[in-house]
Amino acid sequence: MAKTGMIYGINGPIVHVKGDVGFQMHEMVTVGKDNLVGEVIGLSSASTTIQVYEETTGLKPGEIVTGSGSPVSVTLAPGILSNIFDGIERPLEEIAKTGGAYISRGVNVDSLDTKKLWDTHITAKKGDHLLPGSIIAEVPETPAIVHKVMLPPDMEGFVLDTVEDGQYTIQDRLLTLQLPDGSEREITMTQKWPIRIPRPTAKRFPPTMPLITGQRILDTMFPLAKGGTAAIPGGFGTGKTMTQHQIAKWSDADIIIYIGCGERGNEMTQVLEEFSELVDPKSGNPLMDRTTLIANTSNMPVAAREASLYSGLTLAEYYRDMGYHVAIMADSTSRWAEALRELSGRLEEMPAEEGFPAYLASRLSAFYERAGMMRNLNGTEGSVSIIGAVSPQGGDFSEPVTQNTKRFVRCFWGLDKSLAYARHFPAIQWLSSYSEYLTDLAPWYTEHVDKKFVDYRNRLVYILTQESSLMEIVKLIGSDVLPDDQKLVLEIAKVIRVGFLQQNAFHPDDTCVPLSKQYKMMEIILYLYQKSRSLISMGMPMSVLKEDKIFDKVIAMKYDIPNSKPEMFDEYKKMIDQFYDNVVERNA
Amino acid sequence: MAIEYLGLSKINGPLAVLEGVRGAAYDEIVEMTVNGSEPRLGRIIEIYDDKAVIQVYEGTEGMALRNTHTRLTGHPMELGVSEDMLGRTFNGIGVPIDGLGDIEPDMMLDVNGKPLNPVTREYPRNYIRTGISAIDGLTTLIRGQKLPIFSGNGLPHDQLAAQIVQQASLGDDSDEKFAIVFAAMGVKYDVADFFRRTFEESGVSSHVAMFINLANDPVVERLITPKVALTLAEYLAFEKNMHILVILTDMTSFAEAMREVSSSKGEIPSRKGYPGYLYSELAAIYERAGIVAGRSGSVTQIPILTMPGDDITHPIPDLTGYITEGQIVLDRLLQGQSVYPPINVLPSLSRLMKDGIGEGFTRKDHQDVANQLFSCYAKVGDARALASVIGEDELSPIDKKYLEFGKAFEQTFVGQDIHENRSILDTLNIGWKLLGMLPREELDRIDTKILDEFYQPTEPEDHKAVS
Repeated sequence: MAKTGMIYGINGPIVHVKGDVGFQMHEMVTVGKDNLVGEVIGLSSASTTIQVYEETTGLKPGEIVTGSGSPVSVTLAPGILSNIFDGIERPLEEIAKTGGAYISRGVNVDSLDTKKLWDTHITAKKGDHLLPGSIIAEVPETPAIVHKVMLPPDMEGFVLDTVEDGQYTIQDRLLTLQLPDGSEREITMTQKWPIRIPRPTAKRFPPTMPLITGQRILDTMFPLAKGGTAAIPGGFGTGKTMTQHQIAKWSDADIIIYIGCGERGNEMTQVLEEFSELVDPKSGNPLMDRTTLIANTSNMPVAAREASLYSGLTLAEYYRDMGYHVAIMADSTSRWAEALRELSGRLEEMPAEEGFPAYLASRLSAFYERAGMMRNLNGTEGSVSIIGAVSPQGGDFSEPVTQNTKRFVRCFWGLDKSLAYARHFPAIQWLSSYSEYLTDLAPWYTEHVDKKFVDYRNRLVYILTQESSLMEIVKLIGSDVLPDDQKLVLEIAKVIRVGFLQQNAFHPDDTCVPLSKQYKMMEIILYLYQKSRSLISMGMPMSVLKEDKIFDKVIAMKYDIPNSKPEMFDEYKKMIDQFYDNVVERNA
Repeated sequence: MAIEYLGLSKINGPLAVLEGVRGAAYDEIVEMTVNGSEPRLGRIIEIYDDKAVIQVYEGTEGMALRNTHTRLTGHPMELGVSEDMLGRTFNGIGVPIDGLGDIEPDMMLDVNGKPLNPVTREYPRNYIRTGISAIDGLTTLIRGQKLPIFSGNGLPHDQLAAQIVQQASLGDDSDEKFAIVFAAMGVKYDVADFFRRTFEESGVSSHVAMFINLANDPVVERLITPKVALTLAEYLAFEKNMHILVILTDMTSFAEAMREVSSSKGEIPSRKGYPGYLYSELAAIYERAGIVAGRSGSVTQIPILTMPGDDITHPIPDLTGYITEGQIVLDRLLQGQSVYPPINVLPSLSRLMKDGIGEGFTRKDHQDVANQLFSCYAKVGDARALASVIGEDELSPIDKKYLEFGKAFEQTFVGQDIHENRSILDTLNIGWKLLGMLPREELDRIDTKILDEFYQPTEPEDHKAVS
């Protein structure tokens, strides 16, 4: 018998029910005669507070609120991938089929297709003793990903019997389980999990593997580990979304969950279109095959925006439990924080900094701590990496969301307005950004790329740091008066900035660059530096060195050397040697 | 059976509180009569039990606790829409004020609209030629985009918007239907009149529907004005397959009105006293631009906002920039140098530009030219900063070239006559002429092949011709 209450007050997305009718915290409820979806967020003996995930227009006091008895959950089963959901896992395609171009209220659709037949291979056998999270069947969900059907993390027992391999819907029985208390339970592909509770795991590992993105400034300069957390803060127009798109497209994660939280509708459409056309370089399948989109655009109800991040996270954890590496793009966490602020304001809570509620920091930390490299209950290993965009007010990084996020992420990719104005993309500022994973990942780079990789990277950073202090002087007195060795630093720093850090997302080769090429590029730049330095120490002025245009050639190598032809780097080495000899000869 | 409630229990600023109501719905519209004759409209913005807080659109002037009758309508704010609304003028809540009689509505639509499902959107790709180089060349406007003009008081945003309207509509020689929906929130009489005259002079006024809320009209009314205007725009675009350009001016007054109501309601303020839901409210307006898959019409928005104190980090431009697909920023310094339009291209941006230009749309070198101009003009800023410290004479030859480039760029590329309608090819050619002033090695954003095809160093005497 479902518990019910009567609406007493309505203020935007917040609805009050008089008295305590026995709902639990975070219980999912249906509100009013339109059956709007809501969640209980506050309880007292005098009143129950509910946030409604849909527009409350037309709701009246006296209408009924019905409890569901369970917390707000997502449905987990095959059919999640290459789909697009709203913030509470309702499929937007289905909503469009029933409701037309606009999202109407109180739509009642299943999260996942319950009619579709999936090719199922049963891996559990009669008599097996299954522990929580055990894999019981395999379903090729998309050409790229095999969906592993698992026992829910809170269930174990003996298999009494199973069905044959064949085609089943997500609601068909796959096996019957005898629980430890002797009762029998039919197991299907479907399980539900509350979005605000992390799915349990066996063990957490320190990060040891990088999430390779093909973006030079990320992979080489500020790498993110699989299972790591990163924040991309930047004012509007600095390229947060673009960076997120690039990572979603080219990173070597198995699964991408892209959460458009309070962002533009056209952007979600773009992701949908582009990802369906683009091909994953690893598997040759469309990128959409490994991607799930969660779209809660800025004009969709604010409470569902708050939930969208958790829904996405739970989907990610589910795929992690199968042993996949999952990367979450959350664009943008500031919109989520603003949704918290908006709801907190409606609840008339005491505001802390800038009107944000005092629990902003603890909510953020709880969110980012759900990332990690894990051993799952079933023995597989997988990871959830979180890449959160932050949209600071006025591009000012001292505001609460950026500052609190900085405390809980280990990788900080700060976007810079002046770089964006100069159309230097990705506009990640190399001096203010950092990655704490660098030391954790150094052994991996040594083993898989080259033992000098990290050393080269540090040398590039050193040159850039030198440049920044030299620029202070140049700003005061101009670059002409600098000694030649310092002019060379400026020139090489320019090569690094333009030739290495800048990356063209619209260039077929430059959009995603393998680590080996990134390494070779560093090698060539440093080789040029070394050779030029010895020329300078021989007393050659910088103006002579620049006659040869070798600097421009090195800058253009990102375009001139295709990713498939690493052997061309040797020609560049020869070219630099030749340049060295030429200069010596001419000025001897 | 319409029950009328007599009297109110409280009036505070634009808000009235009615007690003892039965069956009132959240967001419902109520009709009020003051002194038995004066009709007003209000909206229920909060309900507790039998107590409803009503926001009165026409203001609470003249209302007393005892002289007001209130009647529930049972539905949210609706607008009767029809194609005949083109060529007409309305007040902020959609009532005709041009004395030409009532509108025979084709259908009644909820002005709040509903969020467009992202899967039914079509990604905008068709560019609109405005004939203004700084926009066409560097921040291309795309059909279905929302591209605001960030301006300041005293800057010529109105002239710019009017020029875009004239040239975008008249320059379009396709036979697709084009119309303009103009919404003015809290603007000065002169501004509204300027637009009316411009539309008349350019002969487009039969394609324009104007919604006018003047600076001295009730404050609360302007909260609904953009929604009313967009409801008509959506109807014309998606039911009547027209291309609609919506001009919303001035969004700052809209946000100010929201702050005023929020503070009378006693809500907890977030930034600078604006309510926490400012972002959601602005988004609900801006996100109504777009194209619906399978329909041939489109809604393109050009909201205009004046940045308080020319501060782009103020909450209103800041939140707007996070929702809209780019921005066109006007600059007082350029205005001081008599550059029209005074568009500061560096902070200006069009996010949808990359997919609507290039081969097949404009010309294949467009993106490269734009990137290079941005990058070179950014360096002009560095050179100028240096020159102000050490003097122009001490600059290196290349920095001097940049100074020259910067000046020519502002005068000949950004600057143009208020009636000049440049073709996209003209714009790109001016761009190449300017880039020709710089040595080829400086052009690091352009593909080598494109450089080979288009780059031509400009002879020094040519600069003079350009500038």
